[in-house]
Amino acid sequence: MIDIVLLGFLVLTAVAAIRLRDLFAVVMLFGIYSFLAAGLFMVLDAVDVAFTEAAVGAGITTVLMLATLRLTQRYEAAPRRQRLLPLVVVALTGAVLLYGTLDAPLLGDAQAPAQQHVAPRYIEQGLNEVGTPNLVTAVLASYRGYDTLGETVVVFTAGLAVLLLLGITDVAPLRPGRRVIDDQVVLHVIVKVLIPFILLFGAYVQFHGDFGAGGGFQAGVIVASGLVLYDLVFGDGEAQRVIPPSWLSRMAALGVLLYGGVGLLSLLRGKALLDYSALSPVALSGQHLGIMLVELGVGITVFSVVLAIFYAFSGRRKQG
Amino acid sequence: MSVVPGLFNYWVAVFLMMAGFYVVIAQGNLVKKLVGLALFQASVFILYISIGKVAGGHAPVISEAVSLYSNPLPQVLILTAIVVGVATTAVGLALVVRIQEAYGSVEEEQIYRLDQADAQLKDQSKDPAEERTQDPGDRLQADQHRPKQPGHNPAARSGHEAD
Amino acid sequence: MRLIEHLPVLVVVLPLLAAPLCVLIGRQALAWPIGLVTAVASAGAAAQLLWQVSHRGTLSYALGGWAPPWGIEYRIDLLGGYVLLLVTVIAALVLSFARRSVEREVPAARRVNFYAALLLVQAGLTGIVVTGDAFNLFVFLEVASLASYALVSMGSDRRALSAAFNYLVMGTIGATFILIGIGFLYMMTGTLNMQDLAARLPGVSDSRTLRAGFAFISVGVGLKLALFPLHFWLPNAYTYAPSVVSALLAATATKVALYIMLRLIFGVFGLTFAFQQLPMGSLLIVLGVVGVLSGSLVALFQDNVKRLLAYSSIAQVGYMALAMGLGSATGVSAALLHLFNHALMKGALFLALGAVTYRLGATGLKDLAGLSRQMPWTCAALVIAGLSLIGVPASAGFISKWYLVLATLEQGLWPLAVVVLVGSLLALVYVWRIVESVYFSPWDNSRTAVQEAPLSMLLPIWLLVAANIYFGVYTDLSVGIALQATAVLLGGTP
Repeated sequence: MIDIVLLGFLVLTAVAAIRLRDLFAVVMLFGIYSFLAAGLFMVLDAVDVAFTEAAVGAGITTVLMLATLRLTQRYEAAPRRQRLLPLVVVALTGAVLLYGTLDAPLLGDAQAPAQQHVAPRYIEQGLNEVGTPNLVTAVLASYRGYDTLGETVVVFTAGLAVLLLLGITDVAPLRPGRRVIDDQVVLHVIVKVLIPFILLFGAYVQFHGDFGAGGGFQAGVIVASGLVLYDLVFGDGEAQRVIPPSWLSRMAALGVLLYGGVGLLSLLRGKALLDYSALSPVALSGQHLGIMLVELGVGITVFSVVLAIFYAFSGRRKQG
Repeated sequence: MSVVPGLFNYWVAVFLMMAGFYVVIAQGNLVKKLVGLALFQASVFILYISIGKVAGGHAPVISEAVSLYSNPLPQVLILTAIVVGVATTAVGLALVVRIQEAYGSVEEEQIYRLDQADAQLKDQSKDPAEERTQDPGDRLQADQHRPKQPGHNPAARSGHEAD
Repeated sequence: MRLIEHLPVLVVVLPLLAAPLCVLIGRQALAWPIGLVTAVASAGAAAQLLWQVSHRGTLSYALGGWAPPWGIEYRIDLLGGYVLLLVTVIAALVLSFARRSVEREVPAARRVNFYAALLLVQAGLTGIVVTGDAFNLFVFLEVASLASYALVSMGSDRRALSAAFNYLVMGTIGATFILIGIGFLYMMTGTLNMQDLAARLPGVSDSRTLRAGFAFISVGVGLKLALFPLHFWLPNAYTYAPSVVSALLAATATKVALYIMLRLIFGVFGLTFAFQQLPMGSLLIVLGVVGVLSGSLVALFQDNVKRLLAYSSIAQVGYMALAMGLGSATGVSAALLHLFNHALMKGALFLALGAVTYRLGATGLKDLAGLSRQMPWTCAALVIAGLSLIGVPASAGFISKWYLVLATLEQGLWPLAVVVLVGSLLALVYVWRIVESVYFSPWDNSRTAVQEAPLSMLLPIWLLVAANIYFGVYTDLSVGIALQATAVLLGGTP
């Protein structure tokens, strides 16, 4: 039932986003969409995914889009191009997709091939072989750990790309507009109280991923958000005094190298890349150690890249 | 009648995908295109997660009280896909910012017209001077000096970067 | 496990980790050496791997120590080894060329990140070729693509930015389509491992989900391949990117996309499903023909040589699609040969243009007028590689076109052979335009004289040109491997 309501709202949000021309509203709708999707994921038993979608989709992406709007324009120009060809393409694609769902196993079917092959071993053996109750972490960081290395590299690449494109400028001292937030004593006090808890929560999420929803990605995003909040409220460039930009690309690189380093360590000890049993004579503690290290690598990279991208966008002054 | 609720999630996901896809290909504003792209990708995630759901199952975190779990594999794949998606969006948005600075607009038609004009103007002339669009002042690599523009021709700066 | 057994993984992990290493060290002067050393090491590893595969059969490596299909598998067969060697050698050559070109075209503050991105493109592409897991393929495809978008945007003309944006949007749509396709496959089989998929798909081949999955994967890969009509991103991206980037992408990115198509269509889905249950063969042939003709025709009218070659690439992709669409062993071999030869041709051509850009700063036909008197070696390279593009006998291009014509005649489709010939004729015309400008036009004496390109640039260019000639004359190696790789692909792996 909740499922259907959420889906309904998702549809409404999507349609509204298409029709509106005020891009600020469109971005807000995207944030809502992302949040609703996170809710839907919860209903569909995907707790880690919901967490990540909320942090990354409703969080980062929305913020970056707003930052872009600040630097470009808020309203979309009136559409003049013909709409027929895109509509035809979309209709055709949609038709093929719908056609594809016709033979699909029904939602929730426990006998579906997806549930019968490969996955059962993760569910039945995951706790014994990897030792983490959170099976998503077990698969993410161990069984399919190499994909996650690739993913971390993707994050690193995005940071690299944004730095290539925008660079991080030395930020000018407090802009006039800052005076508005300067007066908000309540805001300052509350944020000062909140930030330590945010950072602590981030650390908790980082290490708790074995047992519940959490892990490197979400943790990196949360900790970065804490610093972003600090920067937004206390003034441009304040956060840069805490973590200078020149550190960030190196930290991001370190995170990837940590992950890869764990993999190479296994290699040097004669086992396959990222085989954590090479890290310790006791297989399970090897798994725990390996997972903790790689998740740490992920967390460091995600944190640095998110913060670097934020600096790059926020430090840019609107030109022309 | 078990077919409709059984496939309902998928069909709504398909509709959402097409909504996002439509925005990407039909609408001209670059920021909106990226929003559409993000919507498109998010809807694909809904499709995947729906695949992994087991009726009566629980989130795949082993606990004593639970006997039936939903499939963790699609969830892992989507975690990766979400991150890949946001990485792409971030790069896309950075490109949009640079495009705004270089062209003065983020509307596709306008940019296309300017590109055509560029083709007429610059490519037909014999002068190999090119418009530079490199970033004016960045210091990330601890390079304290203004980045020296290499090139044997004194590069003409793009008019849009002049402040 | 001895070090040599880890080569399948090292060939990818070396560039993958060299990139953050570059950034960590952060010194502009060290970036290029790190890049070059890594590329050469990877090429060496790839050579060793190809040797191993051709003598001992398919190699398999279980990442994380988990056996497939529960873990990710790296699987190198003859086809993979062949493409791997090609990609790594080209990357090594491009990187050895790169130092001066990058100094000229990329600001100093960006060079470290630029080289890191080049390494990531290489890591991504090699990761695609070596993997045996469909989702892992997607992840590394995105690594390579994201790095490519950033690299293309580094061009000095502002059109590089819009080109990079369009490339990003179309590339992401393609990748998302591939993801949808993989989802459908997973829905019907429960596995992501390509061997496992190939084994399980015949059992569910009647399902509509599968057909839809196939359609999405094909369109997604077609976008990356720049198959007509999904090619719109390519001309601008290749034209406005920095020279090194154009050379690397032109010689490797579309080849790897073709590899993906071969692997998925022939290796995973299988000939019967793709060609008999679905009209994939006819579709590929039609699109291929249109690609060849339209690409070549548009190339005729281009004034910028880079753009001309970009459209020529679209035509070449058309040939490869045509070859695949024939659905026969000869056809697949022809496609593989053309993949190999085209990489050599376009690599040489774009690197030569990179040398021209280094000295002249532009690549318009008017700018090149009379250049042969100033840069004789570079222009000679352009001409010879151009001849290979046309398919003149004693060049590599001739061999692949020959096999292509053979494949069409084998099926009695002589109109297609005519199309191939017409395409070659059109190539003759557009290459002639370049030759005419470079050799038969006067050098404008009011312009400052330019020197020949430095040796560090000429060497990689001429190595590729020599390869074009070598593989045009001594065909045993390239043809032999292509034929064997085809047999492995179509007949199931040993």
